[in-house]
Amino acid sequence: MRTTDSMTNILAIMKREFFGYFGSAVAYVFIVIFLMLLGFFTFYISNFFEMGQADLQGFFQWHPWIFMFLIPAVAMRLWAEERRMGTIELILTFPVTVWEAILGKFLAAWAFIGIALVLTFPMVITAAYLGNPDLGATFCSYVGSLLMAGAFLSVGIMTSSLTRSQVVSFIIAIVICLFFILAGFPPVIRALSGWAPAWLVDLVSSLSFLTHFMSIQRGVLDLRDVFYYASVIFFMLFINSVVIQNRRTA
Amino acid sequence: MIEVKSLAKRFGTKTAVDDVSFKVEKGEILGFLGPNAAGKSTTMRMITGFIPPTSGAAVIGGHDILTESIPARRKIGYLPENAPVYPDMSVFDYLAFCAEIRGFGRADRNRKVEETLEKCFLTEVKGQTINTLSKGFRQRVCFAQAIIHDPEYLILDEPTDGLDPNQKHEVRLMIREMSARKAIILSTHILDEMEAVCTRAIIIAKGRIVADDTPAALKTKSSLHGAVSLTLLGGSPESFISKVSAINGVASAKILETEGEAFKVRIFPDAPDAAILNNILSTLSDNDYRPGAIFVEQGRLDEVFRRITA
Ligand SMILES: Nc1ncnc2c1ncn2[C@@H]1O[C@H](COP(=O)(O)OP(=O)(O)OP(=O)(O)O)[C@@H](O)[C@H]1O
Ligand SMILES: [Mg+2]
Repeated sequence: MRTTDSMTNILAIMKREFFGYFGSAVAYVFIVIFLMLLGFFTFYISNFFEMGQADLQGFFQWHPWIFMFLIPAVAMRLWAEERRMGTIELILTFPVTVWEAILGKFLAAWAFIGIALVLTFPMVITAAYLGNPDLGATFCSYVGSLLMAGAFLSVGIMTSSLTRSQVVSFIIAIVICLFFILAGFPPVIRALSGWAPAWLVDLVSSLSFLTHFMSIQRGVLDLRDVFYYASVIFFMLFINSVVIQNRRTA
Repeated sequence: MIEVKSLAKRFGTKTAVDDVSFKVEKGEILGFLGPNAAGKSTTMRMITGFIPPTSGAAVIGGHDILTESIPARRKIGYLPENAPVYPDMSVFDYLAFCAEIRGFGRADRNRKVEETLEKCFLTEVKGQTINTLSKGFRQRVCFAQAIIHDPEYLILDEPTDGLDPNQKHEVRLMIREMSARKAIILSTHILDEMEAVCTRAIIIAKGRIVADDTPAALKTKSSLHGAVSLTLLGGSPESFISKVSAINGVASAKILETEGEAFKVRIFPDAPDAAILNNILSTLSDNDYRPGAIFVEQGRLDEVFRRITA
């Protein structure tokens, strides 16, 4: 009984948020910028055509960096806007739990990013036309990218709950996301291994979105990587719930 | 029944609500009055579960708002201060969302929304985006949201704020009409509204309840209560004052204004229930005064309000 109620509530909130993206220009602006940036980096920086191997590596490698800017922008309104407008007073006095509200919002934004990701399929078709990409690895990379997007998003929704200002939420989210990327960025790892003990280097790099994304890209969906992203998401949403429950007012 | 037990809320060192207790039964409309920053909205926010109290509890139809939050919330309809609504949704979509959250299935939902639109005079704007509505209409949309599920308990924070006089009247009628089956708490700054709508009034100042009574009983606390005001069309004011002051039961009398020959006097009894009208009338006829108007004051709420909240 309670679980079907929960599902209905989550679904209702999710639908409202999801169509909210498409009701404003945000959705279209986001999708266009996302596709243009990805196209630009893949074709001009990674030299997709000239590599001569039609490998999608040069396409997926940009995802974390683009997500770092765009996903905080998608997430920033989720709570900050409710707080600024005072509608949080209604949503939190409706017969829904804080977790239902958080999950509804999170899933709506995640589904939206999923759609943007699906719209990149011409890239795969191009690669398949030019060469012979490993479709299994491509599929895994997409799953990995979606999981990673979820992790970025969970950071964004959490920072959105901290403030009534979307801009502040955006900036804090980018800083946190940057940390999660840089912890596994090869130049940083190299610099770190110059002086730090090996276990510390491993620990830091295992905290990174990048490390786990690269591991999934190899074409095996290791349960540990999935578990890693799931834990990051859960942890961030948990902080979100604590923040929302302990807010003093709108 | 809504039962509020020793609710208190502190923000840092500042006490916004201090040991507030009361009960509201079905059929009652409780008016919540008080100066700005008295703690009305804060109390309502605690009753609806938006903010947790520092101490005390609110029990809604037998369910504690903190420990049995969901069943308690199901029974409440809440109109927060300033009527927040999602600006980028259409009126219809917004109410459909609220109906869905309130557990109406796909089949009932549209019917329920149409019904509520009708009740709140919103049918003509149902397709309009909320941020293009005027303030009064936004207020009505938020009111519609509060009653869409026909809740047993209604908490309304300044429900007629921003409405035109006709709409104020409509909303008051609606509230009275609904009150037979509901327990309603509403806050307002309009004393006439409280008198017209509420069966009971709680006045709160600096976070504490300072009066809890019916509007009529509150009026009797006014220093004007029982005073007799009359206008005389001629004669000497001074000699009239000295005559009525001598009447048994009269404490004092004073001239309010003079206009040509005519003048207006107010006569205060020495006890609120002293029956001085008869004596005054016989003094008038014995001395051939010509009264233009005469009435017994009920007392003025604004005066009571000012006295007990200052
Ligand atoms: N989140 C908060 N943090 C600090 N103080 C607060 C907070 N919310 C309310 N207060 C204080 O609590 C007191 C009561 O506020 P409240 O909004 O309940 O007043 P009110 O009776 O509704 O006034 P009004 O008639 O102006 O609506 C005020 O002094 C207010 O400044
Ligand atoms: Mg208020």
